Amino acid sequence: MKTDPVSSAGWFGDFGGRYVPEALIGALEELDDAWNAARSDEAFLHDLGALHRDVVGRPTPLYEAERFSQRVGARVFLKREDLAHTGAHKINNTLGQVLLARRMGKSRVIAETGAGQHGVATATAAAFFGLPCVVYMGATDMRRQHLNVVRMQMLGAEVVGVESGSATLKDAINEALRDWVTNVETTHYVIGSVVGPHPYPELVASLQSVIGDEARAQVVEVAGELPTEVVACVGGGSNAIGLFRGFYDDAGVRLVGVEAAGEGLDRRNGASITRGRPGVLHGARSLLLQDDQGLIAHAHSISAGLDYPGVGPEHSWLASTGRATYVTATDDEAVAGFKALAETEGILPALETSHALAHLLSNASSGTVVLGLSGRGDKDVETLAELAP
Amino acid sequence: MTDLRAHLEAATRSGRKLLVPYVMGGIPDRVGFPSVVEAVSEYADAVEVGLPFSDPLMDGPVIAAAGERAIAGGVGPLDVLDLLARTATPLLAMTYYNPIHSVGEGDFCARAVAAGISGLIVPDLPVEESTRLRALAADHGLAWIPLVAPTSSSQRIEAIAATGTGFVYAVSTMGVTGVRESLSERAAAVVERCRAATDLPVLVGIGVSSAEHAVAACRSADGVVIGSAVVARVMDEGAGSASEFLKGVRSALDRLP
Repeated sequence: MKTDPVSSAGWFGDFGGRYVPEALIGALEELDDAWNAARSDEAFLHDLGALHRDVVGRPTPLYEAERFSQRVGARVFLKREDLAHTGAHKINNTLGQVLLARRMGKSRVIAETGAGQHGVATATAAAFFGLPCVVYMGATDMRRQHLNVVRMQMLGAEVVGVESGSATLKDAINEALRDWVTNVETTHYVIGSVVGPHPYPELVASLQSVIGDEARAQVVEVAGELPTEVVACVGGGSNAIGLFRGFYDDAGVRLVGVEAAGEGLDRRNGASITRGRPGVLHGARSLLLQDDQGLIAHAHSISAGLDYPGVGPEHSWLASTGRATYVTATDDEAVAGFKALAETEGILPALETSHALAHLLSNASSGTVVLGLSGRGDKDVETLAELAP
Repeated sequence: MTDLRAHLEAATRSGRKLLVPYVMGGIPDRVGFPSVVEAVSEYADAVEVGLPFSDPLMDGPVIAAAGERAIAGGVGPLDVLDLLARTATPLLAMTYYNPIHSVGEGDFCARAVAAGISGLIVPDLPVEESTRLRALAADHGLAWIPLVAPTSSSQRIEAIAATGTGFVYAVSTMGVTGVRESLSERAAAVVERCRAATDLPVLVGIGVSSAEHAVAACRSADGVVIGSAVVARVMDEGAGSASEFLKGVRSALDRLP
């Protein structure tokens, strides 16, 4: 694997760490040990590679979006994670984590989900390996991502609605952590993004780095050069980290993360890096939307997957060092991004992904761009239909 | 502010089992809260005051709902410190880490001391991440109350207990706060393992819901922390009901041989 930005104690610069109740420390140490052993075990890596090839359908294509390119002025390549099994990049992580959970002898898996893609991907991996699966999901998200609720149930998972707080991703993570504190001795918690206590941010980033490793090789082969810019949407930030990690050592490649500006940066939004300050949530120190007493804000985004008041610690670190740049797109801009890709390429992207597309639409760019097309938008058609005049 | 350890050890030396009720700051409301503290103090050796937080991942339904209600009523975690009145009973702040991080560790300690707080319990700050806060707390004369879990290794219990300066909080069971049918069978084992590592008083908490549970816990422990069973009474029936309940627990504990 590539240069590891994470220290052994789980810190990315001043961000990360392990802020959890004592009851979870043993399980996190066990997971860290198991992952360190697995990642250098040829047999595990062989199994993981086979799953990525035969179940996920990797490598996913890198596709030159010519008509979308004409619209935005740059030469745009789409890294097609929407073509991965279950329709998003999330499956790269869940198959790896459930493979690891089995190796650790865990008999049950749990997950949180926002947009439902991670829940579907976890339910898929659990069904594949024959493990029982419980997915926690905010009640608000269950309404707006109903299709994915049904998919999870059909895959045999129990979906538990969470009514507390803002009834979105943040609260689903709280509830999953409560389950885990209770059942940690038998249960593996499949976290869906590069968030949470160490070793999760590093574990998930490693499993998603296949996106960037493939994309770099593909763009060099097809375009004959490295891109000038690599763009991805950022909620917790797993698809962005997975893509960015392929290009960390290429100093000339600009890395751009696009956060949700929601209703606008001065109103409700999900722009934790652009608008947040350091704090501790869900086991890690990172940039958070919070009030002056440290209460976590209710985020807002039209996309459930970006509707989160925090961000993975590796992104906070990349922002602090300047290696990556973070910009924002509003709900309305994301909808415009969705429509532009549908019209020019015949692809319905996820509303999360649409934020990255929106960035290219509103910022005249030249050169070669690799954009992480993190997921497909079938789950969002009801939300979009309600907006239609 | 009281020297918590001296205060608790004076009680245990006289053969008394320690009773520490938990109340949520700002419940039932801003005005009524001080009288709740006063009411539960009557039978308490110390009172644990919860600072409401938006994302209380160690809390079950009762305490989580109380925190949401406090915040909805306009009482944030730092506001609670301003609501506390002076009491003869030591007050302990139970807070998640982010409000401390947000205001700054040193400033938080100073504000806690000014509010009459004697010790800190921070359930999401494990020993590895708490070095700086523990040093600052000590500088301010605040006791540090670390938590030990049933899954803590003996090596970790040694390290955790060594950081304690008030008492050691033995978590009786795997799980979040809440009322339970019976006391976990794991409680006694956790207490024994803490005893092997420290001379500090060892109190059992999480799932201690009745006088019967308290008596069972105190066959090995020096005392108990009772949270959800107190908060539920304050929320549903008022401070008088919580006080009556604690009176019953107190007299059951006093009958222990």
